[in-house]
Amino acid sequence: MSNRTVTRADLAEAVYEQVGLSRNESADLVEAVLDDISNTLVSGENVKISSFGSFSIREKGERIGRNPKTGVEVPISPRKVLVFRASHVLKDRINDADTNAPSSDGSSSF
Amino acid sequence: MTKSELISHLAERNPHLFMRDIEKIVETVFEEITSALVRGDRVELRGFGAFSVKHRDSRTGRNPRTGETVYVAAKRLPFFKTGKALRERLNEKKDALSEF
Repeated sequence: MSNRTVTRADLAEAVYEQVGLSRNESADLVEAVLDDISNTLVSGENVKISSFGSFSIREKGERIGRNPKTGVEVPISPRKVLVFRASHVLKDRINDADTNAPSSDGSSSF
Repeated sequence: MTKSELISHLAERNPHLFMRDIEKIVETVFEEITSALVRGDRVELRGFGAFSVKHRDSRTGRNPRTGETVYVAAKRLPFFKTGKALRERLNEKKDALSEF
């Protein structure tokens, strides 16, 4: 397991290698993908990417929160939150990799 | 919006590119995120959000209907945390745009 952080630059580099556009244009298109997803979500529409997952907006009502340090009750205003649900394809791929990961105790039987 | 709609939006805005290239770009982006998570890496896309993998230890669960004890194997779950900029955009008032 490598435990590094993948960023936009890595995605752009992959697009550059796979598609053969310039590095600049590859980076712009990665940004365009993220922008289109963001703008769609901001407009209130959900985004569903097959074999990856879906992004949906959930509306949270007002509730009373409490400052854990002072104990003072404060109202938490209604808000929208973004929820990502991973598809089964993604979940399965992540767990297939786990079969030979050192963290498993070898009892991978179902 | 679905993946194919995302592809057609991008194609409309990039008429100089072949449709098959747009498809390849979109596939590559999600494939890179997926393979990073499979490796156990974190994917951080500032302003949009971050994908990571959380570990769940094996545990003894119970079938709530029958009360039967079942062994639940350890697993890894993909997780997404919304980026600050996107979170703020989701909650900004529509008329706040008129201030600019």
